Amino acid sequence: MGIGGGSDMYRQQILDHYKNPRNYGELDAPTFSHTGENPSCGDTLTVDVGLADDGETIESVAFSGDGCAISQASASMLSERLPGMTLDELDAMDTDDITEMLGVDISPMRIKCAVLARQVAQDGAKLYEGDVDDLDVTKTEGDEV
Amino acid sequence: MGSSQQEQYPLDVDAVREEFPILDRKVGGDVTTPGEDENDTKPLVYLDNAATSQTPDRVIDAIADYYRSYNANVHRGIHHLSQEASVAYENAHDRVAEFVGADGREEVVFTKNATEAENLVAYAWGLNELEPGDNVVMTQMEHHASLVTWQQTAKKTGAEARYIRVDDDGRLDMDHARELIDDDTRMVSAVHVSNTLGTVNPVSELVDLAHDHGAYAFLDGAQSVPHMPVDVGELDADFYAFSGHKMCGPTGIGVLYGKEHVLEEMEPYLYGGSMIRRVSFDDSEWEDLPWKFEAGTPVIAQGVGLHAAIDYLDDLGMENVHAHESLLAEYAYDRLTEFDDVEVYGPPGDDRAGLVSFNLDGVHAHDLSSILNDHAVAVRAGDHCTQPLHDELGVAASTRASFYLYNTREEVDQLVDAIDDARQLFA
Repeated sequence: MGIGGGSDMYRQQILDHYKNPRNYGELDAPTFSHTGENPSCGDTLTVDVGLADDGETIESVAFSGDGCAISQASASMLSERLPGMTLDELDAMDTDDITEMLGVDISPMRIKCAVLARQVAQDGAKLYEGDVDDLDVTKTEGDEV
Repeated sequence: MGSSQQEQYPLDVDAVREEFPILDRKVGGDVTTPGEDENDTKPLVYLDNAATSQTPDRVIDAIADYYRSYNANVHRGIHHLSQEASVAYENAHDRVAEFVGADGREEVVFTKNATEAENLVAYAWGLNELEPGDNVVMTQMEHHASLVTWQQTAKKTGAEARYIRVDDDGRLDMDHARELIDDDTRMVSAVHVSNTLGTVNPVSELVDLAHDHGAYAFLDGAQSVPHMPVDVGELDADFYAFSGHKMCGPTGIGVLYGKEHVLEEMEPYLYGGSMIRRVSFDDSEWEDLPWKFEAGTPVIAQGVGLHAAIDYLDDLGMENVHAHESLLAEYAYDRLTEFDDVEVYGPPGDDRAGLVSFNLDGVHAHDLSSILNDHAVAVRAGDHCTQPLHDELGVAASTRASFYLYNTREEVDQLVDAIDDARQLFA
């Protein structure tokens, strides 16, 4: 099917993750935590990441927030995907990786919802590693569309 | 059509729809290449008219005819085509003036859109006249076109921005308005019809309040002029703004109505060609109204298109357009409020303009509109350029269905059925 489908975006897996989010909540002692939002959608996400002793392998992930099904399901699925990956591998994730993970075509206007969790995790990692130091809240509004 | 309830609808919608071929198209396939193709299989239900209306064939033809047979720059050439184009462009101003009850073309400035009309007054009057101690009074239901423009103009000049409260029924708190509008008020900028709540505001009362305190009144008519008879003279507003593309006309044209003596006193907003009478290296003199405010090559094709759109609306009769939409909005309100899990914003069904904003419990507005899109139902989801109002409503976003002269009760039923599908999917 072509780009732009509606309920094709809401296959069972997406709805399942939305209704029963995995790893929802906070880590007791996260290595880093970061928050992001889509202002016009009202999607908000906080992603907590715990690293292994090697300082680069992701060991545990939790997220909290609210918003549309696409943004929340994407965060839930990402929280299952990330453990075992390194920060470099996280940094290398692009939009295609997210749509592949979701397993559905995301319409152009909704891409920013789908990539919010990835962007929050990536920006959190960059802040932790000191690559950026002036980022307060990640906003995916507009820049991915 | 044909049901007994349908008979009270004053417009022959089947005949109306024949002039809008886009309403017959199918959607649902690839969106990366414009236009219908074989993957588009679902008949469109277009309920996003408050964002932009569709364009009837005769308006498209008028624009095409301009480009095919008398395209030329205006107010410059002595040659035949330029004269034809100039006369047509000037006549478009006259036609707009007649349509909204202005005294003549001097009071009708063509802009890019209603937003630019707001900005024109903010730049040409606001930045020059406002000062610390002054205030500008708006409403909590302003569109960003008015809200952001006057908020920022107030910030730059040291004036205070004030907002008239909206009550629980989505109506303006006029007691609050009487408190806020005082002798330091220089401008009252209010939306005539709310693009989110569908509220028709008591704008005559607001204009009178403004004038009692020596302030100007600027009404945002983007959601009123396309949908109901409007007489700016009767309203006595100093400024009135609206857009062509929401009233069967083309994009790229808005209208600023201003009282002649008020526009006369204002400095130009944009400088350049067309707006000058005489230029030397030392100084320039301005052209007469309205051209003083139309610098550069103006919106000629769009003016011709807007003229045709107004002729079209007058043929149907604005009273009929308004009655048709009001019945649809009341029907949509009644159908949506049947459900406990649907929250509808704004005043009751028999007291609103032709749009309905709502939320389905447990389903984000963007998810809902995506699912409606899967049913080929086109609505708007988001904050509708009224973020502060949505903050007041306590929601991040809402879904809005907005109706026009070609919509039917059956389309409202399709909307309600599609909402039910979302309800099942997310149950």
